[in-house]
Amino acid sequence: MLEIKNLHAKVEDKDILRGINLSVNAGEVHAIMGPNGSGKSTLSAVIAGKEEYEVSDGEIVFNNEDLDDLAPEDRAHKGIFMSFQYPIEIPGVSVTNFIKTAINETRKANGKDELPAKDMLKKIRETAELLEIDRKFLSRSLNEGFSGGEKKRNEIFQMAMLEPKLAILDETDSGLDIDALKIVANGVNKLKSEDNAVIIITHYQRLLDYIVPDFVHVLHNGKIVKSGGKELAHELEDKGYDWLK
Amino acid sequence: MSWKIKDMTGLNNLTMNLKEKLITSFLAFENSVSTNTETDFHDIRSKAFQHFEQHGFPTKKDEEWKYTSLKSILNRDYNLFPKTEIAIEFKEVKKYFLNEIESYKIVFIDGIYSSFLSDTTHDKYDICLLSAALKKPKYKMVIDHYFNTIASKKESITSLNTAFSKEGAYINIPKNTVLPKPIQIVYFSTGTEAEIMLQPRNLVIAGENSHVQIVERHQSINNNLVLTNSVTEIFVGKRAIVDYYKIQNDQKTASLIDNTYVQQQQQSVASVNTFSFGGNLTRNNLEFYHEGEHITSNLNGITIIGDKQLVDNHTLVNHKYPNCESHELYKGIYADKSTGVFNGKVIVEKEAQKTNAFQQNNNILIDDGATINAKPQLEIFADDVKCSHGCTIGQLDDNALFYMRSRGIPKKEANALLLFAFANDALDKIKIPELKSRITRLIAKKLGVDLGFDL
Repeated sequence: MLEIKNLHAKVEDKDILRGINLSVNAGEVHAIMGPNGSGKSTLSAVIAGKEEYEVSDGEIVFNNEDLDDLAPEDRAHKGIFMSFQYPIEIPGVSVTNFIKTAINETRKANGKDELPAKDMLKKIRETAELLEIDRKFLSRSLNEGFSGGEKKRNEIFQMAMLEPKLAILDETDSGLDIDALKIVANGVNKLKSEDNAVIIITHYQRLLDYIVPDFVHVLHNGKIVKSGGKELAHELEDKGYDWLK
Repeated sequence: MSWKIKDMTGLNNLTMNLKEKLITSFLAFENSVSTNTETDFHDIRSKAFQHFEQHGFPTKKDEEWKYTSLKSILNRDYNLFPKTEIAIEFKEVKKYFLNEIESYKIVFIDGIYSSFLSDTTHDKYDICLLSAALKKPKYKMVIDHYFNTIASKKESITSLNTAFSKEGAYINIPKNTVLPKPIQIVYFSTGTEAEIMLQPRNLVIAGENSHVQIVERHQSINNNLVLTNSVTEIFVGKRAIVDYYKIQNDQKTASLIDNTYVQQQQQSVASVNTFSFGGNLTRNNLEFYHEGEHITSNLNGITIIGDKQLVDNHTLVNHKYPNCESHELYKGIYADKSTGVFNGKVIVEKEAQKTNAFQQNNNILIDDGATINAKPQLEIFADDVKCSHGCTIGQLDDNALFYMRSRGIPKKEANALLLFAFANDALDKIKIPELKSRITRLIAKKLGVDLGFDL
């Protein structure tokens, strides 16, 4: 599904990614771990198409298509979703209206009609139930005055609504208490299928207790320095990152 | 038109010409309107005229007009008194009215009252014409008491309006009356005259405990040049509530100088909301005067302009009595080579203790060629007050844009949503839901997007 080959990226002439190779297939969960400043968030932003980052070498291929030059919205329309570490606030635009717009723009880009209002409402209701989200929450302005946990849960809500092929969760566990963490993980697990893939970007191992990865990669200084199975995450938890540098 | 280009003596000369034209027209005008010798109108008009004659049109040398030059719009051969009465079919102008709700309507075409398009009343209250109120003896007491008592005697452009004041909306709501529906005041210009200058004059009196909602609009229905110099006096009685909305979405050939003066009695609440999206040059002089305690004054504005448009919001809140509050919120979005001016003056006099005066002015410059001149002016002479002002000038947040685009919302729509979010708190002040959704649609149109939902 996703093939990253020798990816180099920089921002304002500063090299951040220095040759990343990563292959993600449908049905897989990958965890990317690493210390602060290792390039984790840059990697997710580059996959999602943030324009401030310049890909100086290598390529990202998604379902046999080179993503280079594709705008963030085009990538979203092809099924890439990134959950933000710091979701932004949009006063005056409700959660419901925002997600409606996002879904219908995606459908439009894929040559489909808008989702009928009745179906949209049904889907919103079901997804809210799945993630234990209060209905009142949905009419609030997007992220405005939300707690850290509410923001993260709202990100997962949007993910569930958009049904991406590839979901990248960037530090979704930060700012979540254990109950919220369980709800979020539970939501991700329920949405996981043979047809989609998840990349979890995290500093800590604790989310991986609830969403069990098939592969764990350690990022350091813009490169993947070690890959392994889920046991690698536990090893990192015990030993820290220093032994890998 | 060619003589204007050949005239090498410059713009001043032509400006002078408009002034001269006004001067020579005044006498004839006075003769045509002085029907009631009992009133002091002759005096009021003559005094105002003298003031204008002495000072002329304001120039950039005047501190209050430093950023707004009238030169380009004065350099015209305006017709001051259109001769022909024009009829317009309702269907031609329907879109300029708020049709979703019942309302009273006072409509003028090229400065002349259109009874056909209007829906006025004298039943329990007066929603009618100033010309009628000026002539009929039964209104004399009210007119004498209110007319031209709060309009500025120092602003020459207001004096010019006073000198030529003749027609406009007259609204007198007696005490304890809650108006069942809003009033729409609409001034159309048809362009039957190639270049026209209009000087409407409105008088609004909201009695004790009354509640009035008014929507005002100036609209030209083609691309001929129009200059409107409008004056509105609003008197808000004890515990009365007045909500006033100005929709400024005119053609790019239309310029507007709007002078609005509000006087409030104790415990009253007056709100003036100004939505400036269109026009060539728009200047809003908005002044609030307090005449009692526990008054609330709200001044809100949203400006969204592009091209070479200019919108200048000049506000004054004069706190004279204790325990009053004023809330001022102006949002501006400027694209292309447009210019915005915000000058917010707040005076808190020595006696006005426990005043709460808040002022906020936030601006977004979309393009490098756009300009905003923002000047908060706080003059505080009392010592136990809460006053604040905040002025920001910014650009759209790239991270916010990326966030929305990563959810599949295209750049243009994402931009529009962010701008909506930016303007939202000022939009939220609109108390008429149908008007709110109309303004929302106007903004969406202005931003070139179809959002598919009402915000």
